[in-house]
Amino acid sequence: MDAQTLTFIFVGLSFALYIGIAIWSRAGSTSEFYVAGGHVHPIANGMATAADWMSAASFISMAGIIAFAGYDASVYLMGWTGGYVLLALLLAPYLRKFGQFTVPDFIGERYYSKAARVVAVICLIVVSFTYIAGQMRGVGVVFSRFLDMPIQWGVVTGMGVVFFYAVLGGMKGITYTQVAQYCVLIFAYLVPAVFISMLVTGNPIPQLGLGADAAEAGVPVLEKLDAALVDLGFAAFTEGTKSKIDIFAITLALMVGTAGLPHVIVRFFTVPKVSDARKSAGYALAFIAILYTTAPAVGAFARLNFIESVHEKSYAEAPGWVKGWEGIGLIAWLDKNGDGVIQYGPGAPFEGRPDYADGTGAHGERRLNNAPTANGNEIHVDRDIMVLANPEIAKLPGWVIALVAAGGVAAALSTAAGLLLVISTAISHDLLKKTFRPQITEKTELRAARGAAAAAILVAGYLGINPPGFVAQVVALAFGLAAASLFPAILMGIFFKRINREGAVAGMVAGLVFTLAYIVYFKSPWFGAVNDADHWLFGISPEGIGVIGMALNFILAVAVSRYTAPTPVAVRAMVDDIRMPSSVKEPGL
Amino acid sequence: MNNDNPARAEDRAAAYWRENVKLLCALLAIWFAVSFGAGILFADALNHIRIGGFKLGFWFAQQGSIITFVILIFVYAARMRAIERRLGVSDD
Repeated sequence: MDAQTLTFIFVGLSFALYIGIAIWSRAGSTSEFYVAGGHVHPIANGMATAADWMSAASFISMAGIIAFAGYDASVYLMGWTGGYVLLALLLAPYLRKFGQFTVPDFIGERYYSKAARVVAVICLIVVSFTYIAGQMRGVGVVFSRFLDMPIQWGVVTGMGVVFFYAVLGGMKGITYTQVAQYCVLIFAYLVPAVFISMLVTGNPIPQLGLGADAAEAGVPVLEKLDAALVDLGFAAFTEGTKSKIDIFAITLALMVGTAGLPHVIVRFFTVPKVSDARKSAGYALAFIAILYTTAPAVGAFARLNFIESVHEKSYAEAPGWVKGWEGIGLIAWLDKNGDGVIQYGPGAPFEGRPDYADGTGAHGERRLNNAPTANGNEIHVDRDIMVLANPEIAKLPGWVIALVAAGGVAAALSTAAGLLLVISTAISHDLLKKTFRPQITEKTELRAARGAAAAAILVAGYLGINPPGFVAQVVALAFGLAAASLFPAILMGIFFKRINREGAVAGMVAGLVFTLAYIVYFKSPWFGAVNDADHWLFGISPEGIGVIGMALNFILAVAVSRYTAPTPVAVRAMVDDIRMPSSVKEPGL
Repeated sequence: MNNDNPARAEDRAAAYWRENVKLLCALLAIWFAVSFGAGILFADALNHIRIGGFKLGFWFAQQGSIITFVILIFVYAARMRAIERRLGVSDD
């Protein structure tokens, strides 16, 4: 059977599994719909959190980013894992004790204010929609590459499946589907990684292979890669090009942002007890770490493989995957010196994105309209292809390719479903039930939650098919906003009783507006701002600016709280209560 | 009167919170040291040290910090459980 038939079978089987789980775990109450009734085992929740967290970006893009950015990509590795320490130590146990359904629930009650709740809902919706468009796109990319389907049909298929289990099962359906999706995606990630590690180093464990000697060369892989890159004029793989302050700020913004992402936090509302929330965060990070420590190995091996397969190789003899990805526009070759041989080096090979002309060039390559640049690099490669192309680059059998496709779809769908749930919950619970229509019954609220989930899927699908260029540019926005608005509000709500309604609202609004404005100013085409270190505030890029937004939030919240009415006694008592894992028992009980 | 296990409920609640915050700070110091310290600020210096084929600073940035994070959370969960049992505030 060819790879494409196998891919249909694998992806189809995984869909059947998800739908089966959805039917088995239908939600009957708002509590089941919002937080799976609070009965999820910590290990199951750990897996679900890992799948929820690891998106198409983690699965498809991260190893590619590491391959091309080397040490600089450490910001993502540390940033997207270190946040779990903050979550487990500073937020999750207390929010579990608080015991309601959503993040705005906590902010609204702790700061005794509908305004605070609505600000939190706005932050949540901006963060979640920024994120979800990318997920739907990820599904589309996998479908188009592996199943030869137009991207929009891939997106529509993905929407259909998510619709089924998110609308039917709510959090309960999503949780158990995510457990299955974690298994699919981690297996799909590890199998090719193990094969490639064997191939490159002879060591089957990628984490160890990365520190091992390259097969036949007798020098460590990383040293070989450093040498090869420096030879071509790149910076060494293990050394960075970004400034220390920027690396520091981006890492911190991603960590804090991760801890403040509503779709992650809400997962810890689903376990039975406070101590389970802590344990569950540990399991979640352990499950995530399996992929995140493998990714650097995959990235390094992929870069080495890439250099060895294309540099100074004639196009006519280039491996099939080069032409396969060229076919869908993710690789492009411009033979600047007319020698029919591919030269690889730093810098863009030509101006802008590849713009293919009709017909083929002298060596059978797709012709390009782009103007060449002055440097010697002739090949354009989209870094997203690295994980997807790895099985082909390493000449692995068709079933591995099919598995990777199913894994990529699982990663994208699981994250999309988690995001859809927090969006729909924010609308039906926070806006409708708690703010505008408190008199509705639970049955109506549940119906509203399902309706909101359905509507959110349609919007997400639309964004997946017609991605605003802006969205792809501003994934940083999701983390920056979460870091600057939600995280400080929750943290101070738990640890500092003195912070009151006025302080929290002022802090959140300032953090949100500052971060949003900075990112839009540098990332959007509207202001013509020069997006480089000389123009940034303190040399911090838009990716890391959430840190400054967060600092603003803290400072303003403390200052405003100092000069306004103290927190009411009832709220202080509530804070005392959420700090304790249980009501204090008398000795001997 | 036993300071480690005060009899009054409010005192135990206060003791519990103090110990929690102390533990938090210690673990967050390690969290900061392995990532922002070893992985970023002192990465260049540590890169002169090699473990197998890894430069140490690079290893911390891409492997070591992540592994430490996982351990930190489990240590926190276990230590908190011990504190909670001792002070009679556990949730089981």
